Amino acid sequence: MSSNDDPKTNGADSDAHLPSPSATTHTIPHILLFFILGMAASMILGWLIFPQLLYSQKNQPIDFNHRLHMELVDQGCQSCHFFREDGTFSGSPKLAQCISCHDQRLGLSENEKIFFEEYVAKDREVPWLVYARQPDCVFFSHAAHVEGARMDCVTCHGNTGTSESLRPYEENRLTGYSRDIWGRKISGLKVNSWDRMKMSDCAKCHAQYADIHDSSEQTRRDACFVCHK
Amino acid sequence: MKLSRRCFLSFVIGGAAGTALSPLPWKLTDDIAIWSQNWPWTPVPPDGAYSYTPSTCTLCPGHCAIQVRKVDNRAVKIEGRGEKGPAGGICPLGLSGLQLLYGPTRIQAPLQRVGDRGAGHWRTLTWAQAIDAVVTKLAEIRAKGTPQALAAIAPTDQGTVAQLLQRLLTAYGSPNFLRMPSADDSAEAALRLTTGTDAYTVADLDKTDFILSFGCALMDGYGAPVQTIRAVTRMRERKGTLVQIEPRLSNTAAKADTWLAAQPGSEADLALAMAHVIIGQGRFDARFAMDRIDGFDGFARMVRDKYAPRNVAQTTGIDAETITRTALAFADARRPVALHGRGKGEMPGSLKEALAVQILNALVGNIDQPGGMQIHPAANGYIQWPAVASDAVASAGMGAGRLDEAGGSRFPHVRHLMHRFIERIDQDPDAVQALLVAEANPCHNLPDSDKVKAALGKIPFVVSFSSFMDETAMQSDLILPSHLYLERYEDVPVTRGGAKPTIRLCRPVVAPLYKTQHPGDTILRIAKALPAPVAAAFPWRDYETCLRDTLAHRWSAMDSKGFWIEKPVAAAPVAAAAAVETTNHNGPEEGVPAAADAPAAPAAATAQARRLALLNDDLSAVLMADNATLSDEAGHPLTLVPFDSIRTASGYAGDPPFMVKIVEDTVLKEQDGCVEINPTTAAQAGLREGQGALLSTPVGQARVRIHLSEGIMPGLLALPRGMGHTAYDAYLSGKGVNINQLIGSVQDPASGLDAVWGIRAKLTKA
Repeated sequence: MSSNDDPKTNGADSDAHLPSPSATTHTIPHILLFFILGMAASMILGWLIFPQLLYSQKNQPIDFNHRLHMELVDQGCQSCHFFREDGTFSGSPKLAQCISCHDQRLGLSENEKIFFEEYVAKDREVPWLVYARQPDCVFFSHAAHVEGARMDCVTCHGNTGTSESLRPYEENRLTGYSRDIWGRKISGLKVNSWDRMKMSDCAKCHAQYADIHDSSEQTRRDACFVCHK
Repeated sequence: MKLSRRCFLSFVIGGAAGTALSPLPWKLTDDIAIWSQNWPWTPVPPDGAYSYTPSTCTLCPGHCAIQVRKVDNRAVKIEGRGEKGPAGGICPLGLSGLQLLYGPTRIQAPLQRVGDRGAGHWRTLTWAQAIDAVVTKLAEIRAKGTPQALAAIAPTDQGTVAQLLQRLLTAYGSPNFLRMPSADDSAEAALRLTTGTDAYTVADLDKTDFILSFGCALMDGYGAPVQTIRAVTRMRERKGTLVQIEPRLSNTAAKADTWLAAQPGSEADLALAMAHVIIGQGRFDARFAMDRIDGFDGFARMVRDKYAPRNVAQTTGIDAETITRTALAFADARRPVALHGRGKGEMPGSLKEALAVQILNALVGNIDQPGGMQIHPAANGYIQWPAVASDAVASAGMGAGRLDEAGGSRFPHVRHLMHRFIERIDQDPDAVQALLVAEANPCHNLPDSDKVKAALGKIPFVVSFSSFMDETAMQSDLILPSHLYLERYEDVPVTRGGAKPTIRLCRPVVAPLYKTQHPGDTILRIAKALPAPVAAAFPWRDYETCLRDTLAHRWSAMDSKGFWIEKPVAAAPVAAAAAVETTNHNGPEEGVPAAADAPAAPAAATAQARRLALLNDDLSAVLMADNATLSDEAGHPLTLVPFDSIRTASGYAGDPPFMVKIVEDTVLKEQDGCVEINPTTAAQAGLREGQGALLSTPVGQARVRIHLSEGIMPGLLALPRGMGHTAYDAYLSGKGVNINQLIGSVQDPASGLDAVWGIRAKLTKA
């Protein structure tokens, strides 16, 4: 009688030396269950927990009300976010611009109190956290887009001008850049043009216009050096 | 349910599949890419509004116009500026000025020495304490009735800051104001002798077509460096001629049409031999000689007898035919100009040489002509201050005479003799009780710098106004740090670049970064705290008020355009010029009108005032004197000469880190200075390229590396100026050899000026 006839060696478990008493319980659905469990856990990690870990939240120094200011100024966004005489873009307003109206305390709101006492009175610049700041390796010219291509601010920045409150600034713990660059959705999908400002989003628009995507003599493709100087 | 291996593997595979379907790996990959392209520790300058502030660079005597690009309030770039727009150029030192402004070398508050001199132990004082310390000491010296025991060293005597310092000494009662030596000393003395006026000369290089350069480093920082380089380059493009007389193949010699490697120290003889040729062959400007030259016949006889080309061929090493050919080419050019001032013109050289070069210009009649040598009245003419009311102490002190004897009966033609001042302190330690050093670095930049350092060590109280911890600041008792040139207003007469008499305005580009003070305000605060006769001489509230009052009607134009061109007037004769000086300090309040206020002198009067004497008793004594020679030292068969480079800052400010990086490895190899030597000479001493050697002179010795060059005359060794700092910071100190530790002063027999151009030396294997 050969050892192959030994009934103890038969069954689903092919291990000749360590027969498992529970071998009969390892059915395919059972294994699938664990597969699904693993998959579910990692997807919960990737889709829900990972974004929480990746971004830290910071509040702006003052909760600025864009809608209120837009009602008071004549030239829309460019009243405060203007182009300088040399064509460069001013970005977030400096204290000097704010003081042209806020040379004394205007109103009794808590934000006005913080602004006046902490910054105007002490002649300190407000350390605004800029949602749309691109990485330093990106050269971006507002003049080329706003004045050259006649694009509207909303195309990239959304309806910030009508907001009454500043949302928390979310900073990528690894890169130090704003969450707005990748977009609110961790999937990277977007609904509106302003939902995301990654290179592919720039490239998509650039590719539509012949005069801005054929400047690479080497590759004849969308020119890297338009943005990466 | 028990977790089996199979279930575990299934869980892991499921996890991997789920991870791949989640954004985690893709997002992390993207973030790592961004992170690795923008390292968080790489500094990113903040963005802001761009602007340009026009100003003037004062890091060297060229005083070039600059504009500083700023982002908000931070200066980010210094560019050259033309008078009519931004199309200027800039030298490496001017370009690196921001490293001086923002670098770690700055002294950030007044410091008082607490340990031994040179040990570098300091305590910080407030400005009130620091001024009080100076005033207490100065009041004490004056109370003893010896105000002449106060001395001051400044880089220049031009402009209101230097004049305020000189006025402080005059009101205090000391004639011992000294400016750092330069080729201006010999050029001014030559003008005093030939024209009888206090004046300065500047060549109109933009229009010349023949430059005869007696060792001037035209391509390496002579005059206003960028302007000079451009002018020479454009002249050569116009088919003009450059003749360079220099014992080594410098950048200028390499650019020259003719390079004459004359024996160093024989240049005066060479110039006079050329004068011999020009007169002998009748190629001089006869009309100019008739209208403007006195003593022509006597001079012609003197050069005919003593300076025939064949007579000087041996001493100069240039054959008679070459001398003749060069002299005739010079005389036959349309607008020739001969230039004096070895290297960047940082040492006076011999008066005989300065005179001989000036006489060459006179012979070809290219004085006060386009493309020629322009003679302008002393550059301080616009500074017209109320007279100083001297008390008995001040009068006695001023009457004691200068320690260096400059301007006295022994050395009547010169105004400053720094090496004699140092010598005097060395011999008589009580002669100077207090020394103010205003933005100069004599402990590194004067010949025999160890002796200078020892002399300063004998002075009980040394005050430095330096912005940097330089060698002199290290040896001082008190440092009153000045604003840097990018942080202050100052008037800057331009005497080395541009043919017209120009005053430029240096203005604050950024707010002062540290607790420093304008040197003008420091002087005013000291003066105002001293007893009445001194304080009364300083009626201004602060330096800016003084500057605006002094510049008067020029201020608004200078503030908007950055410069002012003085109207041409006749230079005042020396006697009258002396009166102007007296007016500045002792004369009546409304003494002499400001130069630009005076009506322009008629051309005839101007010419009359600028008659040139080629020979009289004084001139004869200088021209017939022997050349300043190096004493022969046994066992020192070679001769060491310094050379200047645009890559080494040899003035008050040391090389910023950018400049250290551009010094060639044939000049600075790692930390070692390289000595340039002809291969023939090196072979005789058994030395090879790159080998270490000990360079010894009668003054000192240093370890060097050998650099072989076919471009240097056999028997000579050359080292650059501006290296071998022991102070400043880790970027500059300990790099190369300070040639001033190896050479000593050589007194010019004719004038008393320091005519040193080299020293006997020997090289031995290390």
